[in-house]
Amino acid sequence: MAKIHRYERAFLILSAIMLVVFLAALGYAAFGMGLHLPTRAGQIRPEDVARTPPFDRPGVREVEPGRWEAVVVARAWGFNPAEIRVPVGQPVTFRITSVDIIHGFHVDDTRINLMVLPGQVSELEYTFRKPGEHLVICHEYCGAGHHAMAGKVIAE
Amino acid sequence: MSAARANGSIVHDPSGFALPSSQRAAIRWFVYVGFGAMGIAVIHGFAQALNYAGINILTWFPGLQSYYQGLTIHGVFNALVLTFAFTNGFLALTTARGLGRPLHGPLLQASLWTLILGVLLSGWAMFSGRASVLFTFYPPLQAHPAYYLGLALLVVSTWLLSINLFWSLSRWRRENPGQRIPLLAFISVATYAMWDLASLGIAVEVVGLLLPWSLGWLDGADPLLSRTLFWFSGHAIVYFWLLPAYVSWYAFVPRHAGGKIFSDPLTRVVFLLFLALSIPTGFHHQYADPGIPEAMKFTHAILTFGVFYPSLITAFSVIAALEMGGRARGGRGLTGWFFKLPWGDPSLSAQVLAMLVFVLGGITGLINASFNVNQVVHNTAWIPGHFHMTVGTAVALSFMGIAYWLVPWLSSRELRGRRIAVAQSWIYFVGVLVFARGMISGGLEGMPRRTFMVAATYSKPSWELAGVLTAVGGTIMFLSVILFVGVMLATILAGRRRDPGDIPFADTLVGPAVSGWERHFDRFGIWVAVTILLIVIAYAPFLVSYLPPKLWSSGFSIY
Repeated sequence: MAKIHRYERAFLILSAIMLVVFLAALGYAAFGMGLHLPTRAGQIRPEDVARTPPFDRPGVREVEPGRWEAVVVARAWGFNPAEIRVPVGQPVTFRITSVDIIHGFHVDDTRINLMVLPGQVSELEYTFRKPGEHLVICHEYCGAGHHAMAGKVIAE
Repeated sequence: MSAARANGSIVHDPSGFALPSSQRAAIRWFVYVGFGAMGIAVIHGFAQALNYAGINILTWFPGLQSYYQGLTIHGVFNALVLTFAFTNGFLALTTARGLGRPLHGPLLQASLWTLILGVLLSGWAMFSGRASVLFTFYPPLQAHPAYYLGLALLVVSTWLLSINLFWSLSRWRRENPGQRIPLLAFISVATYAMWDLASLGIAVEVVGLLLPWSLGWLDGADPLLSRTLFWFSGHAIVYFWLLPAYVSWYAFVPRHAGGKIFSDPLTRVVFLLFLALSIPTGFHHQYADPGIPEAMKFTHAILTFGVFYPSLITAFSVIAALEMGGRARGGRGLTGWFFKLPWGDPSLSAQVLAMLVFVLGGITGLINASFNVNQVVHNTAWIPGHFHMTVGTAVALSFMGIAYWLVPWLSSRELRGRRIAVAQSWIYFVGVLVFARGMISGGLEGMPRRTFMVAATYSKPSWELAGVLTAVGGTIMFLSVILFVGVMLATILAGRRRDPGDIPFADTLVGPAVSGWERHFDRFGIWVAVTILLIVIAYAPFLVSYLPPKLWSSGFSIY
């Protein structure tokens, strides 16, 4: 290799160290602190959603003491339920799917930020630390009524 | 132990070169079609920026049925037509000049006409309201078959062009056995080699799944598989947008600045790293998707951080080349050289300002790639804030900067309105910074992207200032592009005729080794094999565990 200028060598080494440190921090945040991304969590045919548990009964319930499940069905252009009431301080697992086209599910001011695909179950666990009301927006374009597709999560 | 080195030229024959006039004309029309599409796209972009401040001018657009129809046109004409057309023309020229030989004439014509047919077909579908599915066209939203066919032809046009480049390279090799590939041709061909592999995902998606589905030959679509194939190509495509700008930053901007390319071997390494690492990174666009195991997403996060590395090398090399130029012009001290750059040259001002904006584009891109940090910004207005600083400025403003010498060269005219051109680059620079400041701050507050805010059933007070900045910045960008189009038209129609001479490529400080292991850089076969291996590592676990396709979704045209 041609001789590399010493400034350049230093720059390249520092750049590599920076990227490795960033990655290590992200890996620790995800797998050490439990700030997970959604993973593979099951498949469901769009036409079977209405008769397949848990999506046959959308809503919030306690699945075991201290653990909650929020089941949401997305369709053009709304969420069922549109108003989701969850407890503060206890882990809630959101389970969401779509019966028609791709939607998004973004709970404002939280890291609940999911793509919702027909055919797939989107799943994320989250614990609300403070009571309050959060706007929920469908944040993936879903046709003519996209900008009217919203709901809310109330932590109480 | 340094190997023997050739002189620092990046072309086969620095003394001169004449391209057949029919090939020059084809390249000229590629560039005109690209900027023509941009001119139409930014009119819609202007309306979309105003939308974020609650101002609705969509009613001024005759025949426009929805915000999303205009947004589809804005995305396709900017991100696909401008980029493919300009790159086809620009890199055809750089390859021909690098090799010092003409290209395959009929293939070049075929590529141009395929592109034009693709623009007409997809354009008809979009303008008639039959394809308001945005430029990402995620199924099961369904467009008219003409839209998918038109987009497929745009990709086929790039394939015909790359066949042409490889054909020309192999002819050159036969004519010049044992010689190193001239750097200018090497980096141009490497760009197309990457894109040929990258575009396979979108080709399988569009031709194998969506087009037959839209014609009723397939019962359903698989939304997750489609998104995965789309983003297989969809992240690499940003490097297909960016690398032509890098070709210019490495090979031409040092000449504008009066400096030299830092190093021939390092430049080759950068482009080979982009070839190998651009593709196996697509899951970082799907961090929020269901159905993809988290560990596979993390694999792509690591590779995405890897592909950031050649951009960091580029930052050093290109700034070093600029500094050489600035010091040769009498610049002193740590920063004095920067102000001594020839800022009166619009090709230089546009591209150096594009680089400055790209620093912010790169930082925000690394944030997007940052695994769980992405959950804060995914699908918010932050994302268009980011990519208007990358493809929307680092690429688009660089293309405009290139056009300030390329269009006069192609049309044998002198540039008209040089001072307006310099002002145009600064106006765009200010505009995009204001625009991106608005989008990014709004995105951090949860303001969504791709949304007709004027009619949205929700809002937050913190989006107000963000929306106003977006609208003001977008308006400034729009005015800047009007100035650009004006300068181009004045040049083409009323520029003084002149002999175009040669194109303004730079020399390198450190030339290519004529012997030793560096010669392996030029064996594209090896690097393509490495790339394929990385693609298999990145995508095989998903495909093996997921296939066959789940064709469960029927089409919806609810737009």
